[in-house]
Amino acid sequence: MTTKTDKIDIQALLNESHINEVLDELDQDLVGLVPVKQRIREIAAYLLITKARLQLGIEAAKPSLHMCFTGNPGTGKTTVALKMADILHRLGYIRQNHVISVTRDDLVGQYIGHTAPKTKEVIKKAMGGVLFIDEAYYLYKPENERDYGQESIEILLQTMENHRDDLVVILAGYHDRMGTFFKSNPGMSSRIAHHVDFPDYDENELLEITKLMAGSMHYNLDKAAYSAMKDYIQKRKQQPHFANARSIRNALDRARLRQANRLFNDAITHKKETTAEDLSLITEADIRASRVFEGGLNGEQIAKKP
Amino acid sequence: MMTNPNGIVTQGQFSFLPPLTDVQITAQIKYALGKGWAISVEYTDDPHPRNTYWEMYGAPMFDLKDPAGILMEINNCRKTFPNHYIRVMAFSSVRGVESPTMSYIVNRPKNEPGFGLVRQETNGRNIRYTIHSYATNKPEGERY
Repeated sequence: MTTKTDKIDIQALLNESHINEVLDELDQDLVGLVPVKQRIREIAAYLLITKARLQLGIEAAKPSLHMCFTGNPGTGKTTVALKMADILHRLGYIRQNHVISVTRDDLVGQYIGHTAPKTKEVIKKAMGGVLFIDEAYYLYKPENERDYGQESIEILLQTMENHRDDLVVILAGYHDRMGTFFKSNPGMSSRIAHHVDFPDYDENELLEITKLMAGSMHYNLDKAAYSAMKDYIQKRKQQPHFANARSIRNALDRARLRQANRLFNDAITHKKETTAEDLSLITEADIRASRVFEGGLNGEQIAKKP
Repeated sequence: MMTNPNGIVTQGQFSFLPPLTDVQITAQIKYALGKGWAISVEYTDDPHPRNTYWEMYGAPMFDLKDPAGILMEINNCRKTFPNHYIRVMAFSSVRGVESPTMSYIVNRPKNEPGFGLVRQETNGRNIRYTIHSYATNKPEGERY
């Protein structure tokens, strides 16, 4: 193919798409996740260069943009998906800056003939933007051969192929279970261009997240509360159902509850005066009262046994 | 007919114009979505002007943001009923309006035989006039 001009200003293309702002936001808003940020930067660069190639006529077809985010719960998959949609939108790969987040329940029906319309409805809603399928591996249940999930997968595959310009699909789920999912659905695996793996947060990062979250809710933690939080994180990580940043959010929510209760009791029973500072301060006691320190769920079960 | 030089059914919007292209349809859908209207696709093989209730193709599409999904549905309908009339409707749910706000034909049979004038003699040698579509002489589904 002959090209009209041989030069293109990548810098101008970058400035006009404003993706740097999103990438900076990604760096600021998300703690840790270094490999993920690296991958997103790579993908953004690739998309930008492809856009330049498209403009010069070197490349004819838009690249496949479907992605898979794997990682444990609470590692920021949904948050990054929203940012990804923003990047894709700014670069003009999708027309609408929207993410439709669905799970198996939204796609798979309960009886024969129910699945196809349900899946198609979701796809129609997501058209022009990003379809984010959380816990995607649930779509395929190998133990039940009459499961309707397979039908949904087939419709999805067809759309991912035929409507590449209209829809970007992002699958998310645990790393190992997504592996099994792709093994049993090779068609799905081959249509996904980018696999991004989300690592777990370490303790310092979780503490950093605590600070950010408390800040965004306009709460302060004092020094003792932080060290309590550090112990909390260490203990919580050993217990079942640990969900990274989501567990931190839940812990903070419960601490807020205890703080409110404490302030209420102080004011009513002890007739103490409450200042604005008191209202936004979470103390060590609020965190230490958590049942995590008594062994959490397991501890309760042990205690109940005669 | 003198009033209808193309010899085609003219109902709804844009029906005196050449058939809309997919790009034009997309632009119309975009306009309707921008207004917050719900869009549905309907089909029929009875072209009588007083036949207002056409068959719905799938459910009306609420909460859509992009025309691509609706165009996909239109194309599915065209594939299923290549020789039917297909129209796209936009419905406004604004309180006090609550009615269709747009309606235009996006697919029509290749051959439209048109309408005949029927005369009925009634009391006192009065004549009642009505129109009758030649196509509807055949049963539903075999008309075009």
